[in-house]
Amino acid sequence: MRIELSVNGVKHALDIEERTTLLDALRDHFALKGAHAGCEHGVCGACTVLVDGMAVRSCLMFAPQAEGSTITTIEGVTPGPGELSPIQDAFCETHGMQCGYCTPAMVLTAHALLAGNPAPTREQIVEAISGNICRCTGYAQIVEAIALAAERMRGANAPVEPRR
Amino acid sequence: MSEHQFRFVASDRRVREDRRFVAGKGNFVADVDLPGALHVALVTCPHAAARITSIDKRAALKIPGVHYVLDGAELAAGTDVLIAGLDTPNVPRRPLAFEVARYSGEWVVAVVAETRAQAEDAAEAIEIDYEPLPFVLDAEKAMEKGSPLVHEAHGSNVLLDKTFVWGEVEKDFAASPRKLALRVKWGRSSTVPIETFGVVARWDSWRDILDVWASIQMPRYAEQIAAALKIPATSVRVHYDVDVGGSYGVKRGIKHSVLVGYLARRLGAPVRLIEDRLENMRGGDAHGPERLFDVEVAFDNDGIVRSMKLRALENLGAYAGRSPFQLGKPIGAIVGPYKIKSVEYRALAVVTNKTTQDAVRGFGQGPTNLALERAMDEIANKLKLDRLEVRRRNLIHRDEFPYLIPSGTTYDSGDYETVIAKVLADTNYDELIKERDRLRTDGKLAGIGIAACLEPSGGNATFEALLNPKITTSTFMDSCRLNVDGNGTITATMHTTSSGQGHETLVGTVIGEVLQVDPDVVRVTRPDSLNSLPSGTPVGSRMAIMLGGAAFHAAQKLKAKLTAIAAHDLGIPLERAVYEQGNVYDRDKPANRRTWAELVGIAYRNMHRMPAGMEPGLAFSHIYPVPTGGTLPTADGRVQMYPCFSFEFHLVLLSIDPDLGTPEILRYRVGHDCGTQINPKIVRGMTMGGIAHGIGAALYEEFAYNDEGQLIAQSFMDYLLPSSHEVPAVKIIDHETPSPLTVLGQKGSGESGYLGAPAAIANAVNDALKPLGITINTLPLKVSKLGDLIAEARGK
Repeated sequence: MRIELSVNGVKHALDIEERTTLLDALRDHFALKGAHAGCEHGVCGACTVLVDGMAVRSCLMFAPQAEGSTITTIEGVTPGPGELSPIQDAFCETHGMQCGYCTPAMVLTAHALLAGNPAPTREQIVEAISGNICRCTGYAQIVEAIALAAERMRGANAPVEPRR
Repeated sequence: MSEHQFRFVASDRRVREDRRFVAGKGNFVADVDLPGALHVALVTCPHAAARITSIDKRAALKIPGVHYVLDGAELAAGTDVLIAGLDTPNVPRRPLAFEVARYSGEWVVAVVAETRAQAEDAAEAIEIDYEPLPFVLDAEKAMEKGSPLVHEAHGSNVLLDKTFVWGEVEKDFAASPRKLALRVKWGRSSTVPIETFGVVARWDSWRDILDVWASIQMPRYAEQIAAALKIPATSVRVHYDVDVGGSYGVKRGIKHSVLVGYLARRLGAPVRLIEDRLENMRGGDAHGPERLFDVEVAFDNDGIVRSMKLRALENLGAYAGRSPFQLGKPIGAIVGPYKIKSVEYRALAVVTNKTTQDAVRGFGQGPTNLALERAMDEIANKLKLDRLEVRRRNLIHRDEFPYLIPSGTTYDSGDYETVIAKVLADTNYDELIKERDRLRTDGKLAGIGIAACLEPSGGNATFEALLNPKITTSTFMDSCRLNVDGNGTITATMHTTSSGQGHETLVGTVIGEVLQVDPDVVRVTRPDSLNSLPSGTPVGSRMAIMLGGAAFHAAQKLKAKLTAIAAHDLGIPLERAVYEQGNVYDRDKPANRRTWAELVGIAYRNMHRMPAGMEPGLAFSHIYPVPTGGTLPTADGRVQMYPCFSFEFHLVLLSIDPDLGTPEILRYRVGHDCGTQINPKIVRGMTMGGIAHGIGAALYEEFAYNDEGQLIAQSFMDYLLPSSHEVPAVKIIDHETPSPLTVLGQKGSGESGYLGAPAAIANAVNDALKPLGITINTLPLKVSKLGDLIAEARGK
């Protein structure tokens, strides 16, 4: 069937088998390899993308269900080749990852969280990422990355205090 | 070396690999898109054991897009059996079941189609007739006379039964006034990475090369594929620049790789097999140890342990690759951090009709630590002594290193008392006890858990020879090639894949440190297997020691050559030439110097200025053997196992909801000493991640089977990986006792959290349940089990 959707700011129409998941469509039709298959039954969250700004498991959604939606993948939040968003940079600063497999989904979940809550508490961060399983880190450096990103982003528009 | 001597090592530097991962630009195996690649799906056996009587492929082959259906008979005729660790020729292991399938979920048929969806559709259309056979799931039952035999030709289910006696065990037992015995069981769990195993292979008939991309972490991978496919090892090219999405030991898909390699050659097309989660958990042969210990300890009235008898019975599952060796590695730290004089160790491994195991983080050390640390607690309970005090009385003292343990391994260094003291300085132990008691007064079940454990690191494989005398491997190695090009830029190589350990950062940091140049200017690459030097791969917590050691020495060779060229060109004796940040100067006249650019120019273009007989260019290789390696086990089963021993001390306060049985970890402190930390961010992450993994093994994760031999935990809804809610904030208290055996004083750090956490949590749970008279020594300590035990105890 033919569907239309917006991916990372570009409108696309594509012919696709009905049973294709959004995850497979993103990876196979758009070559957006940053979305990863982990369990394909909606538990691990490695396939998380933003659908209309919400963190969504793309393995549980059929591509036709995304008809008319605006999809943002990790490739869409990366400012440019070699450039990192403040959240991506914060993940690098705290080493909020090891193998990198769950990382794009974690970063997107953090984007969704901070878009709605610029000053989350530790508990709110823990709650937000509780649907993203990371087997490597034990989460500490991920929580710290998100807190650091929030702090930096809050400060980004603050006037610089003159030094006394 | 103290940390103050370092420029880059031990400083808080970023991890270079992270940039690509946060942008979704890792290169994972599923991202390797080869034009025309065909996809594999698998048909699995629904019975715990069955004879395959017929396979009807006709309907499947009619489905559009289906290219091929491969069964075990064709594969067995076309390939050799997979290499086994033990000398058990009548326990053959193949990628697809041949004649008999031996566990539910075992792969029977592989379907190849143009898309994965077509392959899955066709897999459902395969008709297989089975004749169910008797089966056995329990390791103890598998040892009984009359048990169904998993491999009839082997004549029994026992693959390994070896007893070691180190020291005067019977004498020490007889002389000890106190003894106790306990059974401890480590449940069947594994590392279960978020990325499943995957492999893509392409055969080039014109060059006779099988290109392989895989999510692999395994020694001798290319040569094992070649051996099974009966082609020269020079015809297998494994691409090491694939990022592995987590492994922790288990990503050893040799059967997948032989299957895909065979199909790629048979079909003349690229073939890919990316496991789905069900294939991964059931037939992926990636389960971990399931081990039953019978522990006996002999001790005196002060709690000093004199001797120990340990019987370890491993339930291997249906086939054995390297997994039985997981009974061997713990021999190198069989007494943990304690001065136990004599040990009897019986290592038993049996096959059953469960999924096959592979290597899991710690390679058997985690279960052994659990047994040892549970025993220490029970000794304290029996003597009514404080558990910490009992441990202190038995610890190896800092001035006793290097320390020879009864099984023949010498521990390199350690300062266990100081690590423990630092943890207790951070968390007042008496206050913690008061907090526990307050919780108890409030009606909670609360307990404190302690575990002191060692992480053997720097893996060599001398346990192979210990358990299989036909193997004479006495070392493992790792290598680095360092090249400075004619423009003066530096490239270093490593020769294996990584699965999140930050090895590119490791190599860059070590070379930067030696050369006194910014590590970020050192390009680190991964040549393919045909262009590689030897690597033992990232197993056995070894890469900081081994790859770090190789990189260090390669850089030293470069430094030495630059210094020699400069001395010659300056016309001064070698001993007056001083290397500093890439330049070399005359110690007596510092203005008299040659810069990096000048020295590179001489090496590349000015042969006339080189010392006579010196090779031009600046290229160096170093192959680094495991420190202390090079000897085989003695006749009485003593061996120097791993060279370095990191130490950890876990202290946990945990409460259990008395009505629901839900455990909650309230405080978690860990003292950690892995010598010099080359990159503290990485070490911290490894320790934290290991603890999270250990929490899973202790409380949540189990590959449970029902009585029919069906795996009932085969998705993430049944096999519970800890989420951010289950992992508490953990405070790590660092200490550094450098290893005298390694180039920078480093030891391994990839396993320690996982090795100690389950023991600490099990001890905390037992402390919490003690007021109810409950002792529980079986992991995982699931909510349901705890709830039932508590209800039963309260109902009495």
